[in-house]
Amino acid sequence: MNMQINQFRFWAIGLATSWLALFVLVPSLMVLVTSFLTRDPDFLIRFEFSLDGWRSVFDPSFISLLWDSLSMALITACICLAIAYPFVMCLMSLPSKWRPIILFLLIVPFWTNSLVRIYAIQYLLGKKGLINDAMLGIGLIDKPLDLLYTPFAVIFGLSYILLPFMILPIYSAMEKLDLRLLDAAKDLGANAAQRLWRITLPLTLPGIVAGSLMVILPAMGMFFVADLLGGSKHALLGNVIKNQFIQTRDWPFGAALSVLMIILLSFMLWLYYRATKLSNRQGGINDSDF
Amino acid sequence: MTEYQPLLQLSGVSKTFADNTVLDALDLTIYDGEFLTLLGPSGCGKTTVLRIIAGFEQEDCGSVMLDQQNLAVLKAELRPVNTVFQSYALFPHMTVYENIAFGLKMHKVAKADIKTRVDEALRMVRLDSFAQRKPHQLSGGQQQRVAIARAVVNRPRLLLLDESLSALDYKLRQEMQIELKRLQRQLNITFVYVTHDQEEALSMSDRIVVLNKGKVQQIGTPREIYENPANLFVARFIGEINQFDGHVVRRIDEQHVEVVAEGADWVVKTDHPFVADDKVHVLLRPEDIRLTKSELVLDSVHVEGHIYECSYKGKTLDSYIRLASGTKVIASEFFDEDDPDFDYRLEQKVALQWTTGWEVVLPYEYAN
Repeated sequence: MNMQINQFRFWAIGLATSWLALFVLVPSLMVLVTSFLTRDPDFLIRFEFSLDGWRSVFDPSFISLLWDSLSMALITACICLAIAYPFVMCLMSLPSKWRPIILFLLIVPFWTNSLVRIYAIQYLLGKKGLINDAMLGIGLIDKPLDLLYTPFAVIFGLSYILLPFMILPIYSAMEKLDLRLLDAAKDLGANAAQRLWRITLPLTLPGIVAGSLMVILPAMGMFFVADLLGGSKHALLGNVIKNQFIQTRDWPFGAALSVLMIILLSFMLWLYYRATKLSNRQGGINDSDF
Repeated sequence: MTEYQPLLQLSGVSKTFADNTVLDALDLTIYDGEFLTLLGPSGCGKTTVLRIIAGFEQEDCGSVMLDQQNLAVLKAELRPVNTVFQSYALFPHMTVYENIAFGLKMHKVAKADIKTRVDEALRMVRLDSFAQRKPHQLSGGQQQRVAIARAVVNRPRLLLLDESLSALDYKLRQEMQIELKRLQRQLNITFVYVTHDQEEALSMSDRIVVLNKGKVQQIGTPREIYENPANLFVARFIGEINQFDGHVVRRIDEQHVEVVAEGADWVVKTDHPFVADDKVHVLLRPEDIRLTKSELVLDSVHVEGHIYECSYKGKTLDSYIRLASGTKVIASEFFDEDDPDFDYRLEQKVALQWTTGWEVVLPYEYAN
């Protein structure tokens, strides 16, 4: 009996570990190694140590590009948060039987390929698009606005695609919030704003951080959104990486950028870990024992 | 109770949740400085009364006045009332100190004053050295004390306690009962305590309000409630009681009537204006019954029965007796260690006696 469990354990854990090692660890290591190799015009890379890839990362012109990409991702996250948080609060005020239905409706568009939906946005924002047509029609503007191929369009597209990734973690955090704590705060004299600021926000912070991570990270990598809505001018980190590998063929630089992104991701996960620890959600009478 | 002034007055308060009448035209006056307990089975509306006073629930009709001020216009956060919640509802992301300081901070008390008052409250509940702990690092009893400190530090006119001890184990609960009484005396704050535990109610309260199905059944001191229950519900809910159904034969004098019950003539004491043929319940507490081995009885007023079960309770011996009519009776007697005969065999015939005046006589309510 024990033997069987042990054997099962060995295979289950062994399989998962080898899967991760083969398809996550090894490729990551390959990328890491590549970032320290030399660029070769014929064979892409040469096995010769070089810091050229990393030097390009710290090139001022690239740093500003990185900054642009990061700030666009941050703005996207802020917009998503500004929409998602009030949305979830409204959702929580609905009878609980309605909530799954609304969340379901939120997910439905995701069954359509995001590339298709970005094309739709492209049509929506174009010079002869729906928005310009409508505004011209009611006489709000005289000539069409330049909406497409602007940072606005990229952020609009990213926010649209990524909004549910902000809503879902916040919803799950909000659902765990003990409503009796809000009663207690009210009892102690906290008004609606104070309850939001001192109780609801700190206790749903893990959801906010998780949602922000799930928006910021893809927002830096979704190159097709920048390609279709931003034109060539407004590139994301993802575009740059893609270009290094496919067009410029500077693999060490591309690899170094990928490593940079992994470091960024790890840093954010660490932030997330800290945030969860900070708002210690254990409490109440069930966890009273030491 | 005469020295107390009315503090809070509920008049004609009703509350209905989706066809379910939880409170039915409730009238209740709470006096300044008293320890009042709302006692009743679950679903009797006692917690709803508390939530209406606190402002979490709005009454459908009726009025709630605190110090001559209508509370209906005051939001929960503005009422000079604080609650100790059943689940304590301590803020898990704040330290003990921050939890207790929360109410003062919300009321914009000066920082230096906050420190003094929180420290004082911590001392009062004997948690001085726990100020920087998080709630989850405390035991159940300590969390309970933080919840109390967090409420009383605001010096409310009225402190509401919602089944606040029910989550604690037996021994801790007894300790906290004494602690609560001490605090109430020390702070001189009016306590309104909600519980379904009659023992807790009897031992802590100045007055008890017995509620059932949204209506007040009886209001009185623990002694009045226990010794003179106003109706069958109160009699049965508080402690154990034996019930005999019978009818009045004749009136003997102003205070005594003759009743026939269990096939015997009983002389009982009552203030109620019963007349002949009125159906009545005669109620007797188990500890008021004395058992005698049958053949020794000379007294005329007694009932006979057979013991069918004995239960040793440490302090007392509880005997279960079946009367000739089938009525079952419990008698609870203190041990007399010097009496070698103090013990009963099963199926032994015994006589039940009591002192006239210890019984309670109520008008007949319904058969069961």
